[in-house]
Amino acid sequence: MSQDNQTVNLEKSRRAEGRVTRPSAAARQRQDRVAKRTFFGITLVPILLIVVITLALLIRSWPIMSTYPLRETLFGQVWKPSAGQFGFWPFMLGTLWVTVVGVLLAVPPCLLVSIYLAEYAHATMRSVAKPVLDLLAAIPPVVYGVWGLLAIVPFVEHVLAPLSKRWLGSIPLFAVNQPTGFGILAGGIVLAVMIAPLLIAVEYEIFSTVPNDLRHASLAIGATRWQTIRRIVLPQVAPGIVAAVVLGASRALGETIAVLMVVGNVANIPTSIFDSAYPLPALVANNYGDMMSIPLYDAALLGAALVLLIVILIFNILSTMVLQRMSRRKWQ
Amino acid sequence: MAMRKKHWQQRHITETIVKFAMRVSLVVVTASLGLILWTVVVRGVPALNWDMITQVPKGGYYMGKEGGVLNAIIGSLYLAVGGTLLAVVFSLPVALYLKAYVGDSRWGDYVRLSLDVLWGIPSIVYGAFGFTLMIAVGLRASMLAGIIVLALVELPIMTRAMDEVIRRMPIDLEQAALALGSTRFEVAMKVITRQMLPGIITAILLAFGRGIGDAASVLFTAGYTDRLPSSLLRPTASLPLAVFFQLGSPYPEVQRRAYASALILTIIVLVVSFGSRWLSARLHKYTIK
Repeated sequence: MSQDNQTVNLEKSRRAEGRVTRPSAAARQRQDRVAKRTFFGITLVPILLIVVITLALLIRSWPIMSTYPLRETLFGQVWKPSAGQFGFWPFMLGTLWVTVVGVLLAVPPCLLVSIYLAEYAHATMRSVAKPVLDLLAAIPPVVYGVWGLLAIVPFVEHVLAPLSKRWLGSIPLFAVNQPTGFGILAGGIVLAVMIAPLLIAVEYEIFSTVPNDLRHASLAIGATRWQTIRRIVLPQVAPGIVAAVVLGASRALGETIAVLMVVGNVANIPTSIFDSAYPLPALVANNYGDMMSIPLYDAALLGAALVLLIVILIFNILSTMVLQRMSRRKWQ
Repeated sequence: MAMRKKHWQQRHITETIVKFAMRVSLVVVTASLGLILWTVVVRGVPALNWDMITQVPKGGYYMGKEGGVLNAIIGSLYLAVGGTLLAVVFSLPVALYLKAYVGDSRWGDYVRLSLDVLWGIPSIVYGAFGFTLMIAVGLRASMLAGIIVLALVELPIMTRAMDEVIRRMPIDLEQAALALGSTRFEVAMKVITRQMLPGIITAILLAFGRGIGDAASVLFTAGYTDRLPSSLLRPTASLPLAVFFQLGSPYPEVQRRAYASALILTIIVLVVSFGSRWLSARLHKYTIK
């Protein structure tokens, strides 16, 4: 009892001296409860945001969905807003072509680099490679676009297109149907470099989830490193690699400015990697904002954004779930 | 015996080839970074001059007359700083909540999944979403709208980057503080935040770098103007859009200025990237090893 009094007196004298006193335990508990609820509320924001964005685009693009059958909008080949024709098909194909070319170009070297960094390289090599990849990831899309315009488009026009004309001209996929370098290949090359840091980082993470014991066991019975990787490591991480590629593809699908600057933006149905294309994000970026006078134009563009969003959401959710499962895997 | 020898050779040849291919790939990736920087520097430096970074566009600027992109530089800094500050307000609590209150649980995984999904949403979609929001509340293209949309773009990047460093914090410190009777909130604010400060700063600067370089999200939301930004409710210029618009000009002089603007943007981003590295190394002195 006297001790309690003493404590109270001590507190009082401290307060009198103007020194800060500690809040009571009850106040701290209260603060903790309030903080917990607030933090929990803020944590709901990201989850709600996904729902809100999807709903907002759905509501705003509803006019186009309710006016025309969905099949007509998605697979319609004619885009003539002034005539009320809104076919997404050329744009969806354009997106698909550019993404596929970009991913195909990016995957083999990125896989090799991530294997090299995870399985072969010394710590010094890794500490050199990491800043390079970080910088590559930090460069803004519009700078990639400038690079594409100044370096890749002329390269495609003056080097790759003549080469292809000479050696592969008879194959429709590589036919050079237009004289400029602007097109799917240029867009694909720029995209490949843009998604490389992500691909390498994710794949590297996956490789490092495999316990070293497995590698040591394989190396100890005389396998070479590559045999160990091929037969032991790769089978363990294969789903993760696929997920990483899907993740990279979803990044490539949505890339706007850089691709828009090099891909030509002609709404046709491409047949060759040298053709120009008009991907969905470029369609939205080029036309949004100055389409208010034409009925349904606004809804159509948001519909295009919605299509893009839904594809990307599906890709992202699937790949992230696989990757999460891989990193949580328990090794016996 | 002969067969065994052949086998031995074959797998070693494969090993050599594969290793060579890996080194070549690494060189290709590194070289593309070098090429990008080289292209931007070589084309940007000749067009760069003092006027570019100290003047706003004067009359006839877009036909090759004098002026600079100060409006875009300042505008971009305002947009990115505003967006980053707004994003921190949401990111830090989420990252702290995941570490101090949730730990490695199912719920935490769902939150991380949602953040990763948000990260994957292209900035053009954020831009379109921001524009629909603006119409809904009657806001015109303005710095405020740009800041809000950039905050949305930066939020998942910043939160996941913070979460990745914070979740790696050894549990001992947290448990020691809890054992001494601190509440979880105190652990979050006084232990985790201080111990993980270098990582938190890196995450913030990473998101800042993304924000300042993002064009598609501010395209419809922040607008563009030749004047210096003056009010939250007025449109503001930004560097990525300055590059984009000037590049579309038919005048070679203006196009060259686009290259110079791209160089300025690249320099800002690189300075932020290196700066965060340096700062985080310095701040590591004040953490418990």
